[in-house]
Amino acid sequence: MIVMAKNKNDQKRRIENVLSALKHDKLAIASLVFLVIIIALALLAPILPLDPNTTDVRNMFQPPSPEHWFGTDDIGRDYLSRVIYGGRVSLLVGFLAMITCVCVGVLVGTVSGYCGGWIDSILMRIVDIMSSIPWMVLVTVISLFLKRGLKSIIIVIGFFTWMEIARLVRAETLSLKEREYVMYAKFVGIPGYVIILKHIIPSVLPTIIIAASTGIANAIMTESSLSFLGLGIQQPMSSWGSLLQNAQSYMQNAIYMAILPGLLIVLTIFAFNKLGNLLRIFVEPRVMSGEKD
Amino acid sequence: MAKYIIKRILAAIPMVLIITVICFALMNLAPYDAIDAMTTPNMSPETVALIKAKYGYDQPVYIQYIRWLDGLINGNFGYSIVTHQSISADLAIRIPNTIKLILPAYLLAYVFAIILGLVAGSHKNKWADKLIDGLCSIGIALPTFWVSMLLMYFLGYKLNILPIVGMHTIGQENSLIDYFRHFLMPFIALFLSFLPDATRYVRSSTITQYSEDYVMVQQAFGASKAEIMFKHVCKNVLLPIITKLGMALPMLVTGAIITETIFGWPGVGPYFVKAIQGMDYPIVMVILVLSSTLVILGNLLSDILYCLTDPRIKDLG
Amino acid sequence: MDENKMTQTGERLLTVDNLKTTFMIHKTKVEAVRGASIHVDDGDILAVVGESGSGKSVLMKSIMGLLPENAQTTADSLVYMGRNLLELSADERRKMRGKEFAMIFQDPMTALNPLKKIGSHLTEVLMRYRKLNKKQAREEAIEALRKVGIPSPEKRLDQYPHEFSGGMRQRVLIAMALCCKPKLLIADEPTTALDVTIQAQILELLKQLRDEEKMSVVLITHDLGVVASLSNRISVMYGGLIMEEGLTDEIFYAPKHPYTRALLHAIPQPTTGVKERLEAIPGMAPSLTNPPAGCPFAERCKYACEKCESEIPAYRQYTKTQRAMCVFTEEELNAMDKEGKADGRTE
Repeated sequence: MIVMAKNKNDQKRRIENVLSALKHDKLAIASLVFLVIIIALALLAPILPLDPNTTDVRNMFQPPSPEHWFGTDDIGRDYLSRVIYGGRVSLLVGFLAMITCVCVGVLVGTVSGYCGGWIDSILMRIVDIMSSIPWMVLVTVISLFLKRGLKSIIIVIGFFTWMEIARLVRAETLSLKEREYVMYAKFVGIPGYVIILKHIIPSVLPTIIIAASTGIANAIMTESSLSFLGLGIQQPMSSWGSLLQNAQSYMQNAIYMAILPGLLIVLTIFAFNKLGNLLRIFVEPRVMSGEKD
Repeated sequence: MAKYIIKRILAAIPMVLIITVICFALMNLAPYDAIDAMTTPNMSPETVALIKAKYGYDQPVYIQYIRWLDGLINGNFGYSIVTHQSISADLAIRIPNTIKLILPAYLLAYVFAIILGLVAGSHKNKWADKLIDGLCSIGIALPTFWVSMLLMYFLGYKLNILPIVGMHTIGQENSLIDYFRHFLMPFIALFLSFLPDATRYVRSSTITQYSEDYVMVQQAFGASKAEIMFKHVCKNVLLPIITKLGMALPMLVTGAIITETIFGWPGVGPYFVKAIQGMDYPIVMVILVLSSTLVILGNLLSDILYCLTDPRIKDLG
Repeated sequence: MDENKMTQTGERLLTVDNLKTTFMIHKTKVEAVRGASIHVDDGDILAVVGESGSGKSVLMKSIMGLLPENAQTTADSLVYMGRNLLELSADERRKMRGKEFAMIFQDPMTALNPLKKIGSHLTEVLMRYRKLNKKQAREEAIEALRKVGIPSPEKRLDQYPHEFSGGMRQRVLIAMALCCKPKLLIADEPTTALDVTIQAQILELLKQLRDEEKMSVVLITHDLGVVASLSNRISVMYGGLIMEEGLTDEIFYAPKHPYTRALLHAIPQPTTGVKERLEAIPGMAPSLTNPPAGCPFAERCKYACEKCESEIPAYRQYTKTQRAMCVFTEEELNAMDKEGKADGRTE
């Protein structure tokens, strides 16, 4: 089971585990570096010398060159800037959608696990039903009802991918419920929501953190797919997915328009998944030593 | 065991009903419906009322629901708002096309996944495992649509060896080779999208089995590596996979929406996407109900298969 | 003394001399066994006694060749029935397992493949070593189950592990071990995971099989009480080394090593007064990654002196069959007790 670091020594050992894992895994280091760079670029974009909007039709479809590192797009805009700004949106959506997803999932999971009884049954039924609908279908259908755009896509992804987290959190809550300190708190009369906030959630935190990092990866993937179908981010905003959708029409002239944003999606998702693995090593120390000594 | 199966079937039925209720409710909440498609603002209220009555829209909601449900059960899925064509007729053509694409890709992916997963799991942390797991990590980060686009570009345009759209070239509907040439790229895209996850699953299952005590006991009694792999671990890994295949049922209808759309493959995918883009609610809802029901049925099938094959559960009742 | 404990032919089956096993875990060296020596003669029931972490399981697995790849074993001598195990290839060693010697383990609940019938567990071993066809193997398997006391073996053969209780599963494992009539059975805490009443039955079964099948047994345990009625010889292990070995009577009535003595004191007696404290051995097992330079028990030993902590003591042979690894002789220990020179570490 996942437990929080017990004391200073334990924490030190976990950090050592992570560092050791990092040392052996060059890809992991590269991934972390990549994430730092890309998040920094996304955050700093407004103050960088980027210009995603100026059109220059004389210079359209320029392949990558020293003036335009990523070339230009179909109406002459600097593609590097467009990709970076697109990344801003993709990462923002990924992050916010993940937060929504985690909040809903933790809420449902803890309440369901802690209260038990008919609340649990109903909530789990809801989870089952929502899980019964293939997400692609569900998400596209719901997007029919919401005005397309940034807010909608965050809501759509966030409110329809929380089921897995809810199940995980519920399972942990169920076992934590039986711990003595929780039973004591209950006995002494501390209200349920306080127990959940102060005792259960901190213990479930490691699970949540790991789920969050893979959650961002999934959210970015989902957003890209939806935007690619035209159901997500709408003009004038663009994300990597919508850039790819646009690039589809121009593949023959400018394949780099399709390759570059896609490559960034792959690298970002890969990096977040690697991050998730590292976090898993941090919170589950037993995963490292495999042997019983 | 029969009791358990019946119990599960009985539990699945209310779920399906709830899904139909939700879908019907969503359909009615939509700001645009079938009547709007058939009437114009110029028509007088009486005409509109007549049309409504003709198609049963003047009835109370629950009767409409029952009639709709009745239609669904009997295979009458209603009509498209946009094309006015029978949805069941459309689906009767489209679903087989989708299955023709997905089934081979899915099966082949699982065959490869089993082989790769077993190899990776039995050589944990050695180079074979690191390679396979590494490729899987990259694989799950690849968006299917991107892979499709790249395939289209390189194989279709640059090298010009494969056609990039559709299922047949006009006039060559009977040619198997032509079909195959159209089939290859979407097939590869789907295969590559199914493979990494499945391989990871098999690998993880294999690693778990190898760490079980019974493996060491077998070693203690002289079993060779091959014997342990083929007589013990394989079985224990394959069994859950076979049951997991039940979950593939919904995939046969909605597993390739994006890929089919990109390649213009005439399956459920483009049909569904067009319906979404055109706000063609009846189609959307039918597919929603259909796919959800298949998920529930798939779960049921998995459970039943598990029940039939795992000796520990057979006895439970 | 029970006549059954007398040796049969008395010839030496297994010689282990100065065996060391080290694991490499993420660049850390873990010394699980640091130079243990034991021997088993035909007809012996040798009990290897020690606490968790003493290295007794690893020692046995080293002999069997059942260690993972990151383990390395060296020994001055590792000979079984005249064959030098160290010179054999991995494949040759594998073919000895189950046939020349067999091992059963602590947890019967997870030791069998849940998806395979009991019968196939047995027939696999039989067909592997005895060149029987399916039908013959089945007959033998039924016979083996009968020998270990499982009723209706013909029916039981086609059942799955989950249909057996813990004790029954352990019997099945013993039956598997018997299949090919090995001369040596190594039982690694075979009863620790079972109920007390079942424990007695299994141990009784082992004794019975030793007599009927002419099989010698190495019984690993941390429970001295189990040992008393069953074994004829005892080796006491601690910190990867054998502290003392001897005949059961010698160990129980005249222990020479402080650790052995402490273990015996720690056994609760029916005569222990209600208000008397149980004597525990204070402290914890020594580190396996950074083993102490001297006697591993020195840290917890109430007689320990500086010499104890500086180097590993040599064995002192007391009788033909008994020796102990301690700086002090028995007389010296008794004298220290009398004078109360013991520094009161156990208290």
